[in-house]
Amino acid sequence: MSNAPVDHGRRRFLTIATSVVGGVGAIGAAVPFIASWNPSEKAKQAGAPVTADISKLEDGQLIRVEWRGKPVWIVKRTPAMLESLTKAVDKLRDPASEEPQQPDYAKNDHRSKKPEIFVAVGICTHLGCSPTYIMNDFEAQVEGIPSGFFCPCHGSTYDMAGRVFSGVPAPKNLMIPPYMFVDDTTILIGADEGTA
Amino acid sequence: MFKNFMSWIEYRMPFMEKMNLHVMQYPAPKNFNFWYFFGSLAMLVLVNQILTGIWLTMNFVPTAEGAFASVEYIMRDVDYGWLLRYMHSTGASAFFVVVYLHMLRGMMYGSYQKPRELLWIFGMLIFLVLMAEAFMGYLLPWGQMSFWGAQVIISIFGVIPVIGDDLTLWIRGDYVISGATLNRFFALHVIALPLVLVVLVFLHIIALHEVGSNNPDGIDVKRPNDGQKIEDNVSDKFTFHEYFTKGGKKIIVDAIPFHPYYTVKDIVGVVGFLFIFCFVIFFAPEGGGFFLEPPNFEPANPMKTPEHIAPVWYFTPFYAILRAVPDQLFGAIFMFLAIIFLALLPWLDRCPVRSVRYRSNLHKANLVMFCISFVVLGVLGVLPATPTYTLLAQIFSFTYFAYFGLLWFYSKNEKTKPLPVRLS
Repeated sequence: MSNAPVDHGRRRFLTIATSVVGGVGAIGAAVPFIASWNPSEKAKQAGAPVTADISKLEDGQLIRVEWRGKPVWIVKRTPAMLESLTKAVDKLRDPASEEPQQPDYAKNDHRSKKPEIFVAVGICTHLGCSPTYIMNDFEAQVEGIPSGFFCPCHGSTYDMAGRVFSGVPAPKNLMIPPYMFVDDTTILIGADEGTA
Repeated sequence: MFKNFMSWIEYRMPFMEKMNLHVMQYPAPKNFNFWYFFGSLAMLVLVNQILTGIWLTMNFVPTAEGAFASVEYIMRDVDYGWLLRYMHSTGASAFFVVVYLHMLRGMMYGSYQKPRELLWIFGMLIFLVLMAEAFMGYLLPWGQMSFWGAQVIISIFGVIPVIGDDLTLWIRGDYVISGATLNRFFALHVIALPLVLVVLVFLHIIALHEVGSNNPDGIDVKRPNDGQKIEDNVSDKFTFHEYFTKGGKKIIVDAIPFHPYYTVKDIVGVVGFLFIFCFVIFFAPEGGGFFLEPPNFEPANPMKTPEHIAPVWYFTPFYAILRAVPDQLFGAIFMFLAIIFLALLPWLDRCPVRSVRYRSNLHKANLVMFCISFVVLGVLGVLPATPTYTLLAQIFSFTYFAYFGLLWFYSKNEKTKPLPVRLS
């Protein structure tokens, strides 16, 4: 052991330098642990677009398609349902779809490409339950509106364009996924002209 | 021979020394009542959960395809598998029963007050980890309620501005709750969180033994030794570890050694507890649909939400607060605040008197109101949200939080009764 006097400045510098380098190393080492929680390549693959055949869809009928593990609804709305969309605009939280819950081509009165075909992710924007489609008895939920969607978890209500009524827990309209008509009877869900 | 062996050990590791410090020569106040069972019962349940949990992993398959079927396999085909699983599922509910009572004990006798703040904080951390552990465990059977309950709880993180959506994606590891989520919850449930829990329990006890146990009178059993003889002091009959007397600077009054006095008392508590616990396991393992909810007997189906989603009973008071607030983000914030405020009790309560026995009637009323609010919120959290129930939930959420506000307000100049000099 040498008897050289202690150089405190040098010792402090070395302590700080070692701590900083060690700290950076610790952060670097944390990256794989944190990143491994991201969706795997396989999960991302499974998130690819899906097609749905709507040739047999009847008036007022709802079919469910699974996209990214979520239920996507396709509803063929009757003229009466389309008409009801204009009736209760003042009871809606976001009647003009100002919130970015849909692609631009669905930011209209009926929130769809074709007025009668309604496509939406069937997951309540409150806490992720799947609302129930009520075709005829919706008046029990919202007066004067014959059909709509009702979430059994916390009682949120949506009209036939997936627009949320005010005074319920859900804050936003139902999400409209990107979609495109491959032909008159086939819909591709998860991609549109912009991405496909 | 045995003595030689023990001294061989002692020379290399202070085993008896630590046993004396924490068990045989630990001074515990002589007036512990019924409420002091729940700490040791929580340890018993922890051991039950770890033991039955390890055995369950031997047959459980942590995949979306295999989980539900493997639980049914355990229930039907594994010898005594039903018993192990019911011990584990009932143990989860029992854990919360004893922990809630343990916490109430702390609130009644002011056990969180100086110098036991850190002890209380460790306890609150244990409570948080326990909730995470229970939540992740509930996903594993992969039933309808497992799936949709997890869906609701994970979505709570989605309300965080900016990062919310990415955060939920990261937690799930998929666009929805999937096998990836199940698998990581399994890893956390059986390895990560139990390790954290055991370490926290260790720290909780170390902190407890440093500051000493509180008691129903809320007065200290360790006093500065001014050389005066204390009459009728039961502690004179015993030897306590010198760590507690600080080499004669402190005198121990009205305390008895933890072993054998409280080990024997706790055995009585254990027997009483096991009577109830075994009754539930053998005669009501589903706990009337509260311990194991009916929709969970159906495999998880991402395409179909159950009619009514309710979390398991021990989360319902906080869930009711979440639902009572009309705004999503604030609902989540208030739910977390409901727990944060509990953790802040040592600083919210400014009264120098600890025990409810010697505190004002206002404080007693406030504590009763808090308990009523907690129970009513718990009931409301199970029920579907109707306008009437939502209004009730709002009222009782208010009274829940009012406890803390009022406590802070009146405790500074509270009119208290005179404290006794000795334990009663």
